[in-house]
Amino acid sequence: MKPKHQRMWLAGLAVLAVAGASGLALSALKDQAAFFYAPGDVKKQGLPLGRAVRLGGLVQGGSIRKAADGVTMRFVVTDGTATTPVTFKGIAPDLFRENSGVVAEGQFQPDGSFVATNLLAKHDEKYQPPELAGKLHETKSLKQ
Amino acid sequence: MIAEAGLAALWLAAAMAGLQLLLAANVVYSAREEMVRAIRPVAIAQGFLVALAMLCLILVFAKSDMSVKLVVENSHSAKPMLYKLAGAWGNHEGSMLLWVTILGIAGAAVAVFERRLDQRTLSATIGAQALIAVGFYAFLLIASNPFARVFPAPADGEGLNPLLQDPGLAFHPPTLYIGYVGISVAFSFAVGALVTREVGPAFARAMRPWVLGAWVFLTLGITAGSYWAYYELGWGGWWFWDPVENASLMPWLAATALLHSVSVLATRDGLRAWTIMLAVVAFSMSMIGTFLVRSGILTSVHAFAVDPERGAFILALLAIYIGGALALFAMRVGTVRQGNVFAPLSREGALVVNNLLLSVILGIVLIGTLYPIVAAGFGVHLSVGKPFFDKTTGPIALGLVVFMAAGPLLRWRRDQANALLKRMTWPVAGFGVALIVLVPFAWGIGVLPLAGLALAAGLAVASIAPLWGRNLRRTPLFTWGMVIAHLGIAVSLAGMASDSAFTKETLVVARIGEPHAVGPYWVRLKGLRPVIGPNWSAIAADLSVTRGEGGAPFILSPQARYFSDPPTSTNESAIATRLDGQLYTVLGQPDPSGGYQLRLWWKPFVTFIWLGGAMVALGGMLSLIGRVRRGRVRVVEDYYA
Repeated sequence: MKPKHQRMWLAGLAVLAVAGASGLALSALKDQAAFFYAPGDVKKQGLPLGRAVRLGGLVQGGSIRKAADGVTMRFVVTDGTATTPVTFKGIAPDLFRENSGVVAEGQFQPDGSFVATNLLAKHDEKYQPPELAGKLHETKSLKQ
Repeated sequence: MIAEAGLAALWLAAAMAGLQLLLAANVVYSAREEMVRAIRPVAIAQGFLVALAMLCLILVFAKSDMSVKLVVENSHSAKPMLYKLAGAWGNHEGSMLLWVTILGIAGAAVAVFERRLDQRTLSATIGAQALIAVGFYAFLLIASNPFARVFPAPADGEGLNPLLQDPGLAFHPPTLYIGYVGISVAFSFAVGALVTREVGPAFARAMRPWVLGAWVFLTLGITAGSYWAYYELGWGGWWFWDPVENASLMPWLAATALLHSVSVLATRDGLRAWTIMLAVVAFSMSMIGTFLVRSGILTSVHAFAVDPERGAFILALLAIYIGGALALFAMRVGTVRQGNVFAPLSREGALVVNNLLLSVILGIVLIGTLYPIVAAGFGVHLSVGKPFFDKTTGPIALGLVVFMAAGPLLRWRRDQANALLKRMTWPVAGFGVALIVLVPFAWGIGVLPLAGLALAAGLAVASIAPLWGRNLRRTPLFTWGMVIAHLGIAVSLAGMASDSAFTKETLVVARIGEPHAVGPYWVRLKGLRPVIGPNWSAIAADLSVTRGEGGAPFILSPQARYFSDPPTSTNESAIATRLDGQLYTVLGQPDPSGGYQLRLWWKPFVTFIWLGGAMVALGGMLSLIGRVRRGRVRVVEDYYA
């Protein structure tokens, strides 16, 4: 093989690899990306069933209830326009509390409720997930 | 006073960097003798001055000088000394100063130690480094002065995020930064070689120690960061595919590819243009990492600077450096002479495949990390998480393991398929035996973990194969390095697969005295007690643990901690490490019925993940020592020849 041919082959392989990677990534993004929802979005866009998604909003005041087993809890997430009931089994993060921001990872159920496998709450007083900050801001301006 | 001295040192260092750039340009284009002699001292002076500025910042933090804005915002007089010091780089301004400090010191080190490059290439390299530094000095002095004062000075500071108050986090950012900056030095070598058209084996041998060093620090930083997240966040996982984790993984992937292609260039004078390209890509990844972490664009604990102006500044720097390097590459790549040819079935061939697969993984991680940011620009809020990355990178990484096993068993230049098959007998046997042992009692664990465990066994056998039939005491240090690093990957892979396949979890409300089972352990809550720390208070649960019903009991005490400045609570997990795994306990909230939430995990062989990471870093270090030593001998030989 001449050097020039080898170079062509290698360049071809590299292009193929990059194209393959992009294709794989984009096709996986289509069905794997966990989309971010606020309770109000469900009304507009319908229920995203059978897919891992994130649900964000405020924990409604007075809505946190513990089940009899002590480790399952139920609460309601609100964005000011709509509410979604959430079930979560596990240890809630330290800053999970009523009237505070939360992002839940999990799946919507056919009845419109949400089963969370993971909760992300504010890390400290200064910090709030930007995606949540944007969402709350959006709902606020929508109401005005 | 100290703050002003620091700021003055920073300005002087910036001036030195500017001077360095002018001198380098002059040497490359006219080579006047006095300029050649001046360039090394100027680079050393720059390193010294910027180190002085960093030292001033650390001093201000140590003294809790509340008239400095940065100290007020990120420190508190009641903090333990270690975290006061770590506070100096646990924030936006300080970490950027640390970045440029390491860059300056690395530049000085190149000026002092690099003897293999010719004068013009060396000057161009030092000039490229100065150019990177100038941008960062401008960023610090214009957009984020770490020494800004506040008047009137408040009585005390606002504290440091308690999650960051941990020895792991005090040390792992500097480790990662040394890795990032080491890659920038490799990039400067590439730019220097492009400018003077000296791309060849000599250049590769000069660049290799820097790539190796950067890669060792990146490996250590990622391993330490993963273990920190594992024990400190109390969620029991070791990798979250958080954008900040990806920001360190992407340069590592590029540096790993570069490390292997630089070997091809140094040993066989092949893959010239590709190696230069990888150096540019690796540096781009470390810049993108810096941008992602420091611009506040991300959803992450680490991204504490939410400031569009700074983000725009770093983005501009990013565009100038990456764009400039790519433009230079495009202009000069035609003049890079074609290297040696090799057969597809050869060590070089395997390394090319390794490079391609690493690049593919890198591409996927990059797309997955940037996609939400781009989508946000179009008003779509989405986040890409673990399911995406696991599904896409997992299978490719396992494929990479196969080539990793075969590569070192191949000869350079050209090899025979039959010979390779013969050499692969034992590794394949290892893979087969592992599969046969695992299948009967581990059928339910899933395809990927099963493949991972079996491949880890095959890779382990293949890794030590290059040592067979050799005189171990006369085996070169860099061969040992390769063997240990590859073995480390096998160990790590075994740990990851075992953790995802065999972890047992128990989540309960524990009442005093009740036994709860997890894996081979029984856990009883004995009692609760208050604990007072230097700047926190906590409730600790004393758990009495026995292995099986009759084993000797020992105590684990997970805590729920409360910090007052800023008001935050954290979980301190308690972990028992055994040869065959870890028992991981987390204390949750109290239950109205009088119990406490407890989360228990039994994680078989999970420690292998970080043990493997440490082995990989150790292998890199041995290689580095071997190469530097051999380089010394060569230089001395050349001198007397």
